[in-house]
Amino acid sequence: MTGGAMNRRGLIFVLPAVVFTLLAVGFYVGLGIDSNVLPSALIDQPAPRFELPPLPGGERGFSSADLPGHVSLVNVFASWCTPCRAEHPILNALAKTKRVAIYGINYKDKPDAALAWIAELGNPYTRIGADDGRVGIDWGVYGVPETFIVDRAGRIRYKHVGPLTQNDVERTILPLITRLER
Amino acid sequence: MTDCHCEEPLGRRSNLDRQSSTGARLLPPGTARKGRPSGGRNDSIRLAAGVVMLLLATTSPAQAVRPDEMLADPGLEARAREVGRELRCLVCRNQSIDDSDADLAHDLRVLVRERIKAGDSDDRVIAYVRARYGDFVLLRPPFELGTLLLWGGPLLLLVIGGAALARFYRSRREAAVAPLSPDERRRLASILGEGSEN
Repeated sequence: MTGGAMNRRGLIFVLPAVVFTLLAVGFYVGLGIDSNVLPSALIDQPAPRFELPPLPGGERGFSSADLPGHVSLVNVFASWCTPCRAEHPILNALAKTKRVAIYGINYKDKPDAALAWIAELGNPYTRIGADDGRVGIDWGVYGVPETFIVDRAGRIRYKHVGPLTQNDVERTILPLITRLER
Repeated sequence: MTDCHCEEPLGRRSNLDRQSSTGARLLPPGTARKGRPSGGRNDSIRLAAGVVMLLLATTSPAQAVRPDEMLADPGLEARAREVGRELRCLVCRNQSIDDSDADLAHDLRVLVRERIKAGDSDDRVIAYVRARYGDFVLLRPPFELGTLLLWGGPLLLLVIGGAALARFYRSRREAAVAPLSPDERRRLASILGEGSEN
């Protein structure tokens, strides 16, 4: 029996083990990815230029000129969005700490409904801009809620898709803000 | 109403509804009720079902493009359709923005038409959307370094498979042409000799 034949017989035992390991690692990583969360193309890009009108009765809207100079949290929300309701207390609590400027983009909403929503749940936002969907596209928004962290230079540094939880705020948002303020 | 990250909001017309309504319209009124009591009832039902299936099979998939979105210039509208077919609806994922009823898809269709009307080339319109939503928005992944394995993978597998196959056949041929030893030749001759005697 030649060495080649020996090797081939060894391969029969080793190859399935190797293939299995590769598949196991592939599935472990692949199934751990939340396919609902798409990576943003705008990370480390300057925030889009925009100018949004205020909700009725508001003095000022929200525009890209508000962003530079400090770290900001930009939250895209709507009164018709149930998960937004779930995340709202988290934003209220964060606003109370005055740790970061929170801006709101009210996405494809009826102004009256948005005002009633704010009146009912509280207003964590320094400024709110009403968006018919166009500015949302510039931010790469594909649903609500979405939350962005923008650095002092006005660059988008992080995007969170879906409702924020207390865990997200403590583990990700606050450490990131601290890092960006350094 | 619009696109929520957690659940499909109520009241949005899904594509399924749209398709079934198209299907229903294909049936002339009263078709289902006709010929019910007769003896060949099963046959006629089967025939009607077959006709309906055939008609459904030949209809094109539902387009979500609404008349009020369309451009007046048919040439520009045709280009907008071309572009729309290339862009993924990020809410439904496996539909193009032309096929999707999602609000975001509607907004993107309007945006595509605006850019085209403003004189952008098709590639520039696609680049505009890609800059905001990333590669995922492209239904056809671009050919570049990051997608090399995606595009080259099948070819790589073909090469590996071909090489393995070639090796297998070569080793079989080599085994076949191994010459007989003198001893084997003698035995073969004696066997053949026995055979001819019988």
